[in-house]
Amino acid sequence: MVNRRSFLKIAGVGGVVFASRLARGADAYATSQDEFFFVQLSDTHWGFQGAANPDALVTLPKAIEAVNALDPQPDFIVFTGDLTHTTDDAAERRKRLGGFKEIISRLKNQKIRLMPGEHDASLDRGAAYSEFFGPTHYAFDHKGVHFIALDNVSDPAARIGDEQLGWLKADLGKQARDARIVVLTHRPLFPLFPAWDWATRDGDKAIELLMPYRNVTVFYGHIHQEHHFKTAHIEHHSARSLIFPLPAPGSVPKRVPLAWDPLQPYRGLGFRQVEAEAQPVEYKISEFPVVGKA
Amino acid sequence: MKRRMLLGFFLAALFETSLAQKPEAKTVQITARKFTFTPNVVTLKKGVPVVLEFTSADVFMGFNAPDLNIRADIIPGQTARLRFTPDKAGSFVYLCDIFCGDGHERMTGKIRVVARGPE
Repeated sequence: MVNRRSFLKIAGVGGVVFASRLARGADAYATSQDEFFFVQLSDTHWGFQGAANPDALVTLPKAIEAVNALDPQPDFIVFTGDLTHTTDDAAERRKRLGGFKEIISRLKNQKIRLMPGEHDASLDRGAAYSEFFGPTHYAFDHKGVHFIALDNVSDPAARIGDEQLGWLKADLGKQARDARIVVLTHRPLFPLFPAWDWATRDGDKAIELLMPYRNVTVFYGHIHQEHHFKTAHIEHHSARSLIFPLPAPGSVPKRVPLAWDPLQPYRGLGFRQVEAEAQPVEYKISEFPVVGKA
Repeated sequence: MKRRMLLGFFLAALFETSLAQKPEAKTVQITARKFTFTPNVVTLKKGVPVVLEFTSADVFMGFNAPDLNIRADIIPGQTARLRFTPDKAGSFVYLCDIFCGDGHERMTGKIRVVARGPE
């Protein structure tokens, strides 16, 4: 059993603890009860077959075993899209979504929040995804933090769209300007590297709506690696994948998966734990490798 | 009268000169199909206007060259036209920005803009 403290130690050895402090007063929310942590997994691409991950069938189960070994357990678990690998075959898409659903049923903690990636949703505008997992965008509150799941993938053109932006505006309108807000999404909302399609076409509109709020942090996936960025005071943190890592933005001519290394299997893959602290408003991010016996 | 004729000749000569200096717009046809652009390398001259004509051989696609700030939707059964004048030399990636299936991520090409040589 690996407990939380030893996990943090592992993370510390690897130098992958990232503290994100939003140094703005949110005293109204500050009680010890408000502190909690959640786990973010991303880009599991269930159904992928290829040399980039010859262990694709066991990578996600191993990660789930690692999450199950956390002690204490997280308050909830989020998957930020690309749950499945895309297929043109609608029946196969449903089979993969069903397979993914079965695998995550093995999570000890069944408080799970899902959102689609373009591989799940772009070819049928989220139809199959919604059959299995419900709405593609939604909001919820947890211990003083307002979470917003944004869908920037059901439109194959990578737009959030005016309707959802209207919903976002209305949802934010109910929040105080110093509310603690976390946005969960798949693609980066800012133009991280458009030449590799690492952007949301109307992401600037979402950022504009979020900008008046002083404590906003975005957690996303899509780029299969850690990346940390700020648009003014809004922080954006991408997560590692659980299928194959991709190169750093623009570091090579083509966006192709990094080669699988049999001597270091699962290198570059992993998941993260996010500790939400209320005073000061802070998110401590700890990155974990894929381990487990699955 | 003589002065007017001279002015007319002068203006006509000026007009012809400007016509001769204005480069013709070149047309380049690009076909998109799962999961390639043909051609996938397009060479253009800096300062020479070009019309890019796109058609799709199968599904809805997108053309996007973000560093040149040009994009177009490519709808099956239609020809999309994009007129622009490259204003900088270099090599610029273009990609399909409408998710079109497994292989979408590989659907890229390159626009090479070269400096204009002596005419």
